[in-house]
Amino acid sequence: MSRDILRANAHELARQIAAGERSSEEITRAHLDQIAAVDGAVHSFLHIESDRALEAARRVDAKRAAGETLGPLAGVPLALKDVFTMTGAPTTAGSKMLEGWVSPYNATVTQRLLDADIVILGKTNLDEFAMGSSTENSAYGPTRNPWDLDRTPGGSGGGSAAALAAFEAPLAIGSDTGGSIRQPGSFTGTVGIKPTYGGTSRYGQIALASSLDQPGPCTRSVLDAALLHQVIGGHDPLDATSIDAPVPDIVGAARSGDIRGMRVGVVKELGGEGYAPGVEQRFRETVALLESLGAEIVEVSCPHFDYAMAAYYLILPAEASSNLARFDAMRYGLRVGDDGARSTEEVMAMTRGAGFGEEVKRRIIIGTYALSAGYYDAYYGSAQKIRTLIARDFRAAFEQADVLVSPSTPTTAFRIGERIDDPLAMYMNDLCTTPSNLAGNASASFPVGLSPDDNMPVGFHVMAPAMADDRLYRVGAALERSLETTWGGSLLERIPTLEGSFA
Amino acid sequence: MTDVVEFDDALDRYDPVMGLEVHVELNTVSKMFCGCSTEFGAEPNTQTCPVCLGLPGSMPVANAKAIESAIRIGLALNCSIAEWCRFARKNYFYPDMPKNYQISQYDEPIAFDGWIDLDVDGETIRVEIERAHMEEDTGKSTHRGGATGRIHGADYSLLDYNRCGVPLIEIVTKPIEGMGERAPAVAKAYVEAIRELMKALDVSDARMERGNVRCDANVSLRPDPGAEFGTRTETKNVNSLRSVEGAVRHEIMRQAAVLDAGGTILQETRHWHEDTQSTTSGRPKETAEDYRYFPEPDLVPVAPSRDWVEELRASLPEPPAQRRARLADVWGFSEREFGDVVAAGALDLIDETVAAGCTPQSARKWWLSELARRANEAGVSLTELAVTPAQVAEVQALVDAGTINDKLARQVFDGVLAGEGHPAEVVEKRGLVVVSDDGALSAAVDAAIAANPDVADKIRAGKVQAAGALIGAVMKEMRGQADAGRVRELILAKLA
Repeated sequence: MSRDILRANAHELARQIAAGERSSEEITRAHLDQIAAVDGAVHSFLHIESDRALEAARRVDAKRAAGETLGPLAGVPLALKDVFTMTGAPTTAGSKMLEGWVSPYNATVTQRLLDADIVILGKTNLDEFAMGSSTENSAYGPTRNPWDLDRTPGGSGGGSAAALAAFEAPLAIGSDTGGSIRQPGSFTGTVGIKPTYGGTSRYGQIALASSLDQPGPCTRSVLDAALLHQVIGGHDPLDATSIDAPVPDIVGAARSGDIRGMRVGVVKELGGEGYAPGVEQRFRETVALLESLGAEIVEVSCPHFDYAMAAYYLILPAEASSNLARFDAMRYGLRVGDDGARSTEEVMAMTRGAGFGEEVKRRIIIGTYALSAGYYDAYYGSAQKIRTLIARDFRAAFEQADVLVSPSTPTTAFRIGERIDDPLAMYMNDLCTTPSNLAGNASASFPVGLSPDDNMPVGFHVMAPAMADDRLYRVGAALERSLETTWGGSLLERIPTLEGSFA
Repeated sequence: MTDVVEFDDALDRYDPVMGLEVHVELNTVSKMFCGCSTEFGAEPNTQTCPVCLGLPGSMPVANAKAIESAIRIGLALNCSIAEWCRFARKNYFYPDMPKNYQISQYDEPIAFDGWIDLDVDGETIRVEIERAHMEEDTGKSTHRGGATGRIHGADYSLLDYNRCGVPLIEIVTKPIEGMGERAPAVAKAYVEAIRELMKALDVSDARMERGNVRCDANVSLRPDPGAEFGTRTETKNVNSLRSVEGAVRHEIMRQAAVLDAGGTILQETRHWHEDTQSTTSGRPKETAEDYRYFPEPDLVPVAPSRDWVEELRASLPEPPAQRRARLADVWGFSEREFGDVVAAGALDLIDETVAAGCTPQSARKWWLSELARRANEAGVSLTELAVTPAQVAEVQALVDAGTINDKLARQVFDGVLAGEGHPAEVVEKRGLVVVSDDGALSAAVDAAIAANPDVADKIRAGKVQAAGALIGAVMKEMRGQADAGRVRELILAKLA
């Protein structure tokens, strides 16, 4: 019984709730039990809101009993990345700096989830302030990959992705600055969508790099992602960069999965040297599969993608150094050294010294340097020019192809500790994903099997023009339908059983 | 106090150059980047939200009304309006700035390259405007426990974020050269003209005592008008016209003393002290501060359409100087009379009173004497007094109709200010009607004569001007409601 609940897709659970076959409370309880059973090993969650979740579930059940029409995901539990504010619950962004801070306001994403009667189970782990590609940089300890507990689930949204793969939640929310939804999706065999920049509201998402950040859905199926995207998407007057236009018909696209005649562009620069053989193999097979499903395959060149990482790792720290300046120990969060004898500056310095982790400090220093008067043109200014060139590459490529594709990551999930002392090796994980953030367009990672090298999941990366998010879902749905037929079920059916798990 | 040289001596040896930066707080209902109220004087920290407190995750949204005000100010200053511009982040740490960066504009101001003409001692002086840009105000710190009220030496500081995020326009002049000894007067006239313009545009309350208009005065000296600019000092947040003049004057005298002694001027900010009419050193600025400006990624660019800009240009009010000249001409006031009107802030009120049918002289009389006195007593400005120009015109109309006299008019104003209704109602309620009926007046006149035999004798002896005392006595008896002209006639007739 529980196993059925935990393995079911979110849209299926929602249907069962609406039909009165199961209660939201039962479903919520099953997930809370699974969290209790496995989270000690996985550590997806930083904070669990059992009471509020059950209360919300009972409200949904009461609404149904009263004959009210429920939304498409009403009553389904969800794991929220701990970078989104939620009243009455802690929001830490994975940092000691915000330990114990309770936001007085809800992020727009949070508010829309609540308004849609989605049951928020708790807040998931992440690399501190979303800086990292492994969730090892969390101040509260790493999250482990449910496929292999010695490996990372990716980052920064490792907690959200692991929660899906460990069957702790059927829905999760992530935020993607350079790949933080897609790379963990790839590492855990789940679906991760980075919507068009401005397609989902950033209001209440603790900012890493404002011009790159974007909230998005993390799920185990393509239709679930579309339904969740529909809930959180759309114009928000509280976010000036929010697009004032309707969300494209992503749910229709996810239901259709028809890609006949679609031109699929393989990006020449995203492949070859540095890509694991098993990843390359699954990528080639997937491209062939798309062709067999009626897509037209073309090769496209995006020459400036080679500079994307360099530009990304200048723009991100520059914006982050400014965004993180507010953490000064004066009004909320951690305060160290306030013994009445020290000056404001000393307390501020001591707090930042104690509160920020190594990676955060590294990026603040790089960013401060990149923005400083004498170096602005050489670093930040040049990075912005590269950004323009990358956007131009995309425009040219989208004249030849409806979507662009690449592996989601050069390798499968690496081992915990393997790259923690080598920031550059860590940064290379985001090679394929960062160009989309720089250009502001839509992209996604879909599971396409296990790598023959290590039996770890491989992700397939799809990029679409801004406001053409529906194309991602069309491709994702086509792949999912075809692959699940071949596999005889979801890729996650093959995940090893976790100790103490009902799954 | 720093040593200074005599002002005239300083000007003999040096040529001053000024740069004036005026911050204008806009009177929008809500803040620059959030919906919080901008109302002045509320309990500390009651007008705040996640956005203006810079809470994690919060984001700014630009106030369209503030952008409109910025464009109108730019147009009124004869500036070009940017077709496309952005906000920038100015990164620096300041206790009353919760994000630790200020959203401002850097190399892309909304308005640039303009000018304003000043009238200084009857001569027109053109000051060129470099730029006018939008930014947000900071909160307010109060430092407690120290002797000076400054952060240094204080035991603790209190922070009020109500003002945090209030929209500001910063107007920056190009270097003002060649003013010589008139530099302090030009600085004052400039700030006064900006203030007047802001009021005419109705974009700011423009009350300097509340910090709605604050001036940073940059002053430098050079040996000759052709020479390179000297090192400048920036006297911060000067907030009265008199202080602007004083600060510029003092900096000229102080810098001259330093230079005379062979010293060098430090590039620094300075504080103005009203009590000693002098400035003291603030923050050294020897190394230029690095604000690490970059385009604000949380906001979209501002791209006002040309149609909108032209619409705003067409709706600009008459420039204050031009309006003043026109009104002075139409009203026929002497230069001094007109100057008093402007100084009292009664220009608009009188204009409206005249528009309501009153003569300019009568309007001026009421606003500058009777009503100014009451405003002064109540400690409010003329505009805050609970009487409208239309009511003033109505009072005068009642006087002109002979229903009341000037003395009764004062009682009518008492009633209006006490909320008893419009003037005619007050007259009605209080029964304030002039009595000119001889029957009613005669007994009072007789009684006054009887009570003041020596005055009566004087009048009989031909000293007609002594009648005033008897008229006063009758008026007192009649509680001001007697027709003074008729009383006089009766007195003179009875003592003839």
